[in-house]
Amino acid sequence: MKLSKRLGLTTALIAGMAIAAPAMAEVKVGMITTLSGGGAGLGIDTRDGFQLALKQAGDKAKDIELLIEDDQQKPDVAVQIADKMIQSDNVDVLTGIVWSNLAMAVVPAAVGQGKFYLSTNAAPSALAGKGCNPNYFSVSYQNDNLHEAAGAYANDAGFKKVFIMAPNYPAGKDSLAGFKRYYKGDIASEVYTQVGQTDYAGEIAQIRASGADAVFFFLPGGMGIAFMKQYAGSGVETPVIGPAFSFSQDVLPAVGEAALGVKNTSNWSKDIDNPANKAFVEAFQADYNRLPSIYAAYGYDTANLLLSALEKAQPSDAEAFRAALKEASFDSVRGKFSFGPNNHPIQDLYVREVIDENGTLTNKIIATAMTDHGDAYAAECKM
Amino acid sequence: MTLLIEQALNGLQYGMMLFVMAAGLTLIFGVMGLINLAHGSLYMVGAFACAAVAAATGSYWLGLVASLIAAAFVGALVERLVIRRLYTRDHLDQVLATFALILIFSEGTRWLFGSFPLYLSLPPALAGAVSLPGGVTYPVFRLVIIAVGALIALGLWLLIGRTRLGIRIRAGEADREMISALGVDIGALYTAVFALGAALAGMAGALVGTLQSVQVGMGEPVLILAFVTVVIGGIGSIKGAFIGALLVGITDTLGKALLPVLLQPVLGAGAGPVGAALASVLIYLLMAVVLIWRPQGLYGARA
Repeated sequence: MKLSKRLGLTTALIAGMAIAAPAMAEVKVGMITTLSGGGAGLGIDTRDGFQLALKQAGDKAKDIELLIEDDQQKPDVAVQIADKMIQSDNVDVLTGIVWSNLAMAVVPAAVGQGKFYLSTNAAPSALAGKGCNPNYFSVSYQNDNLHEAAGAYANDAGFKKVFIMAPNYPAGKDSLAGFKRYYKGDIASEVYTQVGQTDYAGEIAQIRASGADAVFFFLPGGMGIAFMKQYAGSGVETPVIGPAFSFSQDVLPAVGEAALGVKNTSNWSKDIDNPANKAFVEAFQADYNRLPSIYAAYGYDTANLLLSALEKAQPSDAEAFRAALKEASFDSVRGKFSFGPNNHPIQDLYVREVIDENGTLTNKIIATAMTDHGDAYAAECKM
Repeated sequence: MTLLIEQALNGLQYGMMLFVMAAGLTLIFGVMGLINLAHGSLYMVGAFACAAVAAATGSYWLGLVASLIAAAFVGALVERLVIRRLYTRDHLDQVLATFALILIFSEGTRWLFGSFPLYLSLPPALAGAVSLPGGVTYPVFRLVIIAVGALIALGLWLLIGRTRLGIRIRAGEADREMISALGVDIGALYTAVFALGAALAGMAGALVGTLQSVQVGMGEPVLILAFVTVVIGGIGSIKGAFIGALLVGITDTLGKALLPVLLQPVLGAGAGPVGAALASVLIYLLMAVVLIWRPQGLYGARA
């Protein structure tokens, strides 16, 4: 099989590139994402968003073979899957990792072996600055972004003393760094929790004693659900703010009423007014019978970026494919979208509020926090 | 000060839950000499039974009862079908077989309930927080957990110390061959002890699942801590499990709360992540220190 494909390719080359750019070669995409455990909601939405875009593309996607594997939110499992996908499945493009510690374990090795990596979510600062790579594209954001917007919002909301909390892993550190970059008031306390922690009694006690006028927390997936449920039952009344991850559509139904009215910052919301987004939200609901989360939106955008690049070049022609990705000529559900010098997005960030829409908790944009926002690490990236 | 009291209560609550988990583990280890890695699966079975029954009937209380019954039933079944064959085998075989049980239970539960976590809501009587003397506000449900843990400790102490079954359990720990020679049905005794341990694990799973979330694999992190507790307390000792669990619970909670603060003058801004990382190894340090001082554990009869 492999040999015959290579022979075929060589023949095509010898024939003087008789075949036009969108060659018939099959493109293998390996998706490594979290499909079980407390982080399953994130990976399932990533996968579903990605697959929805492929389905909508119809014939254009027929040469894409998508392999999906569950990383169980464990770095060692993710590395094993990546090795298998690269060495025995011969994938051209990797994507799908939700968690930054897993991304740090997989991405540098994958791009080092000449593979492309398109991030649907995790975008640690270590891969945005000095560690950037021309084959690594973050379609979602740079980790700090949503938290930077939350810091800016905390100023606008008049909070003077904020208690900040995030899990102790790369994205958690990026989160608090991003928040502090724009927030000008005092920090009541800076707390790091364990990744996957499910009991927040200790942290809630610290919040109660801190005298803070707001709590900023970054706890994606099951962590956020556990925290909000316990916070609601603790009798602490301090208002909470957070990035979209803490109040995303995958979290809201389980948190329930405790989330109503909470402000959070995002680069996507289901009410961003553009045709691509409208079509996406409708199709996602029709196909999966639930509202899409930010992770679904990122997965959808990533697949569409990939499709747009494949129309112009194949991953086998790395240079052309890289240039085609960099153009980002797809209709993002976020509206404006382009890549900065370090292959991370330049985009608008919004403040959203959790509302009750006909009995379903969801988010509504109430303000724009930042316009055409890039990231703080782009200047350090030399590629 | 109120912070310290609240953190101490958190540690106590955590310790009580660990005790309920570790009590079953230490009984099974002590009486049957069996290393049961699948104890965490019984914890998960209890949590899922509670979530399923509570969702079907709308009653959290029925869910709790179901967690006890389901875990005890599954425990007894597993003992009869699998564990029974392992008593005479060495520990490696037991670990392998019970590890296989973990995989079977996890995939079975995933097959039945899916990968998404389930969430329980509290009945209004147990929701919210109360003000305690001393100006501390504390969630009602966590107080209930402390009370349940204390009641179970008392109940087990009475059972082991004051009843015929307790005498048999203690005799079984001391000399297995002798009590079967004396006409005690050792098979039935083992099944009963295993089911009792399983029911306790299931109950712990349901209570903790209510507070956090009910999901596949929820038992494994707790299992490790329960083993740490058993080793600290001394294998086979309920009293050891109780003291060990409270030690682990309070060390872990207070370590997480205090270490970042204590390291602040030394490390400055880096104190947060470093303190958090150090706090998570604190209980293993505690275990190492206890084992150096008393290799058989705090109340263990044998090493």
